[in-house]
Parts: sequence; C-alpha cells; structure tokens
Amino acid sequence: VGLEAQRHLVRSIVDDPSLTYRQRVHALAGAAENLLDPPVVSDACAAALDKHVICDLFEGNAPYRPRYTLPDYDRAMAQGSRFLELSAPADFDDATAFLLSVYGNVPSITGYPVWFGEVDRLLEPFAADLDDTELFARLRRFWVLLDRLFPDGFAHANLGPADGRVTRAALAVHRDVHQVVPNLTLKVDPAVTPDDLLLDAMRTVVEVAQPHLVNHPMMVADLGERYGVVSCYNSLPVGGGSHTLVRLNLKEVAHQHAGASATFTTHTLPRYIELTAELMEARIRHLVEQARFFDHSWLVQEGLLSLDRFTAMFGLIGLAECVEHLLTLDGTGGRYGHDDHADALAHQIVAAAAELVAARPMPYCEATGGRALLHSQAGLDSDLDITAGTRVAAGAEPQLYRHLQAVAPNHAHFPSGVSDIVRLDETVADNLRAAVDIATGAMRLGMRDVTFEVANGEFVRITGYLVRRSDLEHVGEPEGVRHSSTVLGAGSLANMHLDDRIPQRVRTHELDPRPGR
Amino acid sequence: MSSTRGLVADAVPSSYVDGPGNRYVLFLQGCTFNCVACHNPQTIPRHSTATSHWRPIDDVVADIAEAAPFLSGVTVSGGEATVQWQFVHELFRWLAEDPATAHLTRLIDTNGDAEPVVWDTLAGSMHGAMVDLKALDPEVHQVLTHRDNARVLASIRQLAELGRLHEVRLLVVPGINDTPEQLAATARWLAELDPAPPVVVQGFRHHGARPAARRWSEATPEDLDAAAARLIEHGLDPRQTVVRAGGRVGVPAE
Repeated sequence: VGLEAQRHLVRSIVDDPSLTYRQRVHALAGAAENLLDPPVVSDACAAALDKHVICDLFEGNAPYRPRYTLPDYDRAMAQGSRFLELSAPADFDDATAFLLSVYGNVPSITGYPVWFGEVDRLLEPFAADLDDTELFARLRRFWVLLDRLFPDGFAHANLGPADGRVTRAALAVHRDVHQVVPNLTLKVDPAVTPDDLLLDAMRTVVEVAQPHLVNHPMMVADLGERYGVVSCYNSLPVGGGSHTLVRLNLKEVAHQHAGASATFTTHTLPRYIELTAELMEARIRHLVEQARFFDHSWLVQEGLLSLDRFTAMFGLIGLAECVEHLLTLDGTGGRYGHDDHADALAHQIVAAAAELVAARPMPYCEATGGRALLHSQAGLDSDLDITAGTRVAAGAEPQLYRHLQAVAPNHAHFPSGVSDIVRLDETVADNLRAAVDIATGAMRLGMRDVTFEVANGEFVRITGYLVRRSDLEHVGEPEGVRHSSTVLGAGSLANMHLDDRIPQRVRTHELDPRPGR
Repeated sequence: MSSTRGLVADAVPSSYVDGPGNRYVLFLQGCTFNCVACHNPQTIPRHSTATSHWRPIDDVVADIAEAAPFLSGVTVSGGEATVQWQFVHELFRWLAEDPATAHLTRLIDTNGDAEPVVWDTLAGSMHGAMVDLKALDPEVHQVLTHRDNARVLASIRQLAELGRLHEVRLLVVPGINDTPEQLAATARWLAELDPAPPVVVQGFRHHGARPAARRWSEATPEDLDAAAARLIEHGLDPRQTVVRAGGRVGVPAE
C-alpha cells in the first residue's frame, strides 16, 4: 500500500467525528502497525489470505501483544503488585479498586482487557462483612465502572459454577444496570450449580440476554480447573491465553474442492489446515521472538501470565455452506441441520479438522501440548452470505431438539469454544424453568456452550457480543444518519458494521474494520 | 408395549405455556364443551377429522422419549383430555414405567367436565390437573360454553381433595365473566377449597377463535391485573395468583 493511501487512512481516522478520542488512538495505532510488512509466509499462504480463504481477523501486521490474555487475578490479589505499587487488598473496596487498577494495565487485541476473571469467587471473601444492601451498592458501582472504563463488548466476566452471595448480587446488578459490559458467562456444573442459581441466571437472560452458559465439567476435562471464558465465548487457560486467532473459511475451501465430498477431508481440507497453521505460526513467532512480549510485560514478571500457559486458536467458519456445496457437487443435495446425511458430513468435516489441528505442532503452545485449540468462530459483523462457526444457517434453524442434536456432536471438538445460538420464544419469560430444562438438556447432549436469545428482548446479539435495541433504533434518526455518513466516508462500505452506524461510547475493538491492510 | 390408540389432534414437542417447565403437549381430539371463545375449534368434534390421527401409545411414548432430555414433563390437552380418559391413563402409566420418561411430570389440561370415576382413576397416574373455570355463575357459564358448570365445580373440589389440583385457570372475557361481583364470588369459592389451588388469570384473545367470539373484546393486560387484584382482595393468596398475559391458551402451534 502506497504512502498516499496510508496518509489518506490516517487522515480519515483523525477527521472521523464518530470516534471518541480513545477510539481514534486505537485506530491510529492500528494504522501505524500496518505500515510494517506482515510476518513472512509462503506464496500459497499469502494467496489464501488474499482470497479470504484464511482470515487473521484484522489482528494487525506486527503482533506485539497476545490476542487474549487471562491474568491470574487470584495470584495478583494474594501478592499485591510491585509494578502497580499496590499491596494485597484487605476489604471489598480495596479489592475492586485493585482489580480495576490491574484491568487498566492488561493488554489484549481490543486495547481493553478481554477477561475480568471469576469476579464472584475473587470478591466473595471480601463480601462477608457487607450486608446485602451494601454489597449490592458496591458491586453495582464496580459494574458501572467496568462499563465506563472498559467500554468494549468483548470484555468478559465469569461467574460460578458454585453459588455465592456475590454470584447472586452480580446477576441482580446485571439485571439492574442493563449494560453490554461486562459480557457475562456462568460456568455450570450439574453437581455444584444449584437449580435455583440456574433459574436466577435465566431470569437475567430473559431481561438482558446474559449470561452465556458453559459446560464446566466438559471444560475441566479439556483444559483443567484453571480456565476462563473471554471475549466471544473463547475458553482459554488462566495465567495465559491465546497468542492469536486465525480462521479458516470452510465455504471457500469447499469451492476449491473438485470431486466427491468423500475426498474433501483427505485431499483439500489438509492443505488449507496447513496454510492456516503456517500463518498462525508466523504470527506467534513474531509476537514471541520479534516483539518479545514475554520478555518485558509486567504481567509476566509478576507471574500473572506465563508463556507456558499460552496456546493459539484455530478458528472455523462457514460449515453450513461448505456442507451444502459439497453435497451439490455430489448431486445429492442436502442441508446441515435438516438432513441426516448432511449432518453426518458436517460432523465428519469437523472431526477431520480436529484431528489435523491436533497433529500439527504449534510453537509456544505448551499449555495445550504444543498444539493449537480448535475454535468455532462466531463471525465478524462484516461477514456476508456465510454462517458463523459451525452453526446451522441463521433463519433456517430446524425444530429446537433437531437443531441441538445436529450441532451437539461438534462441541467435543472445540475446547476453546463454540457458540450455537438457541432462540427461545418470548413466552419463556413466564416460565424460566423451561429455559433451565433446555439448557441442562443441551449440556446432557454434550453441548459445551449454550447461548440463549429471547425473541423481542432489549438486547440484540451481533456475533457474540450485544448491542442495545434502543441504540439500533437511533439509526434512522438524524443523529444516526450523520454518523452513518461519516462512517461511509471513513471506511469501505463492505466493512461497515451495524454498530458503526450508531453513535456509541461502547465499541467492540476486537477487529479493526478499516481498510489499509 | 401397548397398541391402544388415541385420537390425536396435534402434538407439540416444546411448549412453555402448558404447565411448569418445557413440556411435550399432546392435544387430543374431541371436547364436551362448545365454547364460543375456543382457540382451536377444529379439536371440538368427537370423531376423526381431516386434521386428527389415531396414534398408538407406543408411538406417542417413543416420540416423548426422544424429547425427554429437554423436558420437565408432559401435558395432555385438547379438545378435552378426559374425553379419552382411559387412553390418557394408560399413556401415563406407560410413561411412568419407561426409564426414558419416568422422570417427567404428567399433567392434564382440562375443562373439568368429567365424572368422579375419571378423577379417581387418573389420580393413580397423573401428577395433577390444570382446570379451566370459565365462570362460577351457571348462567354465564352457559353463555360461554353452552353447558352447565355443576360438574366442573364438583371436579375442582374432588381434585383438591385428591391432591391433584395443579392449578385453576380463569379466562377473562371482559364484560362477561369479570364483573366485580363474579370475581369476588369466584375468589371466595376458590379460597375455601382445601388446599386452595394456585390460580392463573389469562386473557381472552381473538386469535384462533370463531367469528362469533369477536363480539367480545380481547382482555388487556390492565383487565388482567384488575381481575387479579380483585381476586386477591376477596381472599386469594397473592403468592399463588398469577397473571399470564402473553401465553397462549392451549393452542396447538401453527
């Protein structure tokens, strides 16, 4: 890209009235980073990137911080921090102030922390001296600060699986403040999580479309007790995280395939799995060996992050279209989620991808045996004509049980997360038990992640994060139009996000939609 | 297994409005009432119709077993569930014995128009009945259902004694069965039952009803709240009195 184009990009960011000061700084940093050449890869890999068969999710040309970090907040709170000049907290206010100070110094792809930790468990010991009213008021203040200081829909807090006063207070606060930050996950363990807590979680889902549920026993079996759920439902090791997330577009891979569907997993898929892995490796080496993040971060020096707790995420999208295309090549036709033979092919493709990724060594991924973790990627707002991750095509979901039975077998293969949206009729608001029934049934079926969406809710799920419907409604108003036009002037139409069209303090910074790469 | 057959109008594998939790709902064909406000009048005729099917119990149990991991229970509705009460009793006994479905609660949704022997029998296989009380006043009941309500009131009393009265549902038709006097009398009558049942206040809707019912207006959320307040004022337990504004009333999914 020529100098003139770069200057134009920088100018468009500087002049963009829809960006806050901090959003502008973030975009300018991205533009500067992208003046550098990306990590060197083979011609075949570069070509696949060019044709969007592979996508690095706009992480930037010169990775200088891991994409997702999950600091060991337990350790930080126990030992205090030399870097932050803080001693170990002694009471509830100390503890929340301590955590906010740490969050403000945690890097990730978004420029904000993507993980606030297991906030109920972290704060529970400090809540003993507070009565319920005091606890609610203090936790509410903390929650408001999370949203105002870290206005990013990917910033994620975890609750459960055990019940506690802070767990309940957090759900009550979440229902009260109606914020999209923090993004929220409840870890669910049938042996530990009481039924009544699940009902409380469902009450919260019906009101504010959160929390997301994760199958705790399944996660512990794959990643051990020390895991966290961050960003768009990505499960990763605590004290570490993921260097990068690169995704493979299965729809495009299918279009590179010639012949019967039977040879797809043995001929075409392995080639593109390797090209994706090549890009991941190049990016990881840049982060670790060139930018040397692990040599200078205070989080590493104080033992809150360590390289041996890191892994990398290998994402998949477009399974629905991939299967449909391959079956068209076969001449049989069929749709994933609707036809048994299509489901079988979908499961076979996912299993083959899992096997290939598990066989491919990946540097600096000691946390997961020197291999990347497979991930069903929830999509980008800019994705067109392609279904996120391994979901059944949106709008064409079959009957609920058929839907869950079609997607559930994939979940075993995605230790770092897979989100299938489960839509519930709004009548569930009067019958929360029904939502609990479906959640527990889904987990019994082997589902790792359960994301509910209730018809006509206040919040709208874009990929894995939320925006408020009331904010979207401003799109048609004069104020919204002004912002829409400025976005059109600043970025390309193809990359325009739904949430770019609304004036907003809270943005989702995981990806930079701007051109210039 | 059993090859006994029931005349089934429809089946819904997932419903949030036919009892507690996510439920499989079996709508049986045939009803003893001919309610003007009925939301699914095609289920009224007590004979095989274009939309109904004879289904063996085996087949119904297998269908329920498939959905069972996601369910709190099964509700048999109608039409009127008790028109085919022997079928219902046998179905429930099979469900209780099958390991895949034994954990499910077994409820029926009924107009209450059945003989005492029906309840005595079903008490051995069902967890409870959700009974519609269209009106306490026999004349108003005639207007709404074209039938007398003596048997309905007797059924409600008997079910309470048997410990099988899951809830009583009051369908509010504005101006017809929600006058202050009627609501007060209904509340007093229900409160005297032992034990007093949970009461659900629901609103009449035009959707699905026959043209003749359109002369009545739909119940608004305010109508329902006012009715509930009146019922509580006259003796119903506020913790056991619920307004269900958005729910369907036993209507098979379309």
